[in-house]
Amino acid sequence: MYHYVKTLQYPINIKCRNPKLAQVIISQYGGPDGELGASLRYLSQRFGMPDQKSKAILNDIGTEELAHLEMVGTLVHQLTDGASAEELEKAGMGPYYTDHGWGVYPQAAAGYPYTAASMAVKGDPVADLTEDLAAEQKARATYEKLIDLCKDDADVIDVLRYLREREVVHFQRFGEALNGVQEKLYQRNKFYLNNGNNNCGCDNRN
Amino acid sequence: MNSCPCQNMGKKELLNQIMALNFAVNDLVLYLDTHPTDSKAICMHNEYSEKVVSLTAEYQKLYGPLTINFTSDTWDWIDQPWPWERGAY
Repeated sequence: MYHYVKTLQYPINIKCRNPKLAQVIISQYGGPDGELGASLRYLSQRFGMPDQKSKAILNDIGTEELAHLEMVGTLVHQLTDGASAEELEKAGMGPYYTDHGWGVYPQAAAGYPYTAASMAVKGDPVADLTEDLAAEQKARATYEKLIDLCKDDADVIDVLRYLREREVVHFQRFGEALNGVQEKLYQRNKFYLNNGNNNCGCDNRN
Repeated sequence: MNSCPCQNMGKKELLNQIMALNFAVNDLVLYLDTHPTDSKAICMHNEYSEKVVSLTAEYQKLYGPLTINFTSDTWDWIDQPWPWERGAY
């Protein structure tokens, strides 16, 4: 279960409003490699994991991603809060303002709404953890692109650098979890190539 | 011995300490999930966890709730700025 803790994971205090930056940063809220997809991906995949380490890491990284979702939402909020409709329109946020006003809506930078089709829950531990490794790299790459686009705002860059660094740590932990899963699934397997599923009739989960 | 671990700390400094400790605990949790027998990391996790629990209790007594586990005669949960609001930090 979840309880709210009334702090962000990392403090955010954006001094200068800038809707233009909000428009691209929102991709890490509800875009294809964003924090909403990350949290749902890990918290859903955890149910299908075969060993204690991978259950724990998906649970705990999935939980941290919820804290990151809140941080990205905070960036978007503080970058747009107090802007007039004209100011939003001038920054290219006219269409967004029409549908969402000053709310924070999970969508990609290109404007399409969050879709669960951008993530996967395969129910296959090796496939899922391998997807997670790629997901962390894609999120890292997205934060680097955002840092390129936000060069003028040190407050924003500080937060984006923090979030980028967490993707690097998560990648490492998922790699360690995948090693553990492979070791467990392959312990009775003589072959180099085996995806670890149970179609052979033996129960690899015990 | 100092009975209040946060003595001489202002509200902002105390909150910063709590956030930093929560972060350290979280990062150690991830590390320990995949290295559960690292006794040095377990030791650090114990130390930071204990510290953050006592600092959080102290903060809540002085400045209002950070978690839903608090006691108060008035409903302070809605009084403080929310973490996403500008100026909360």
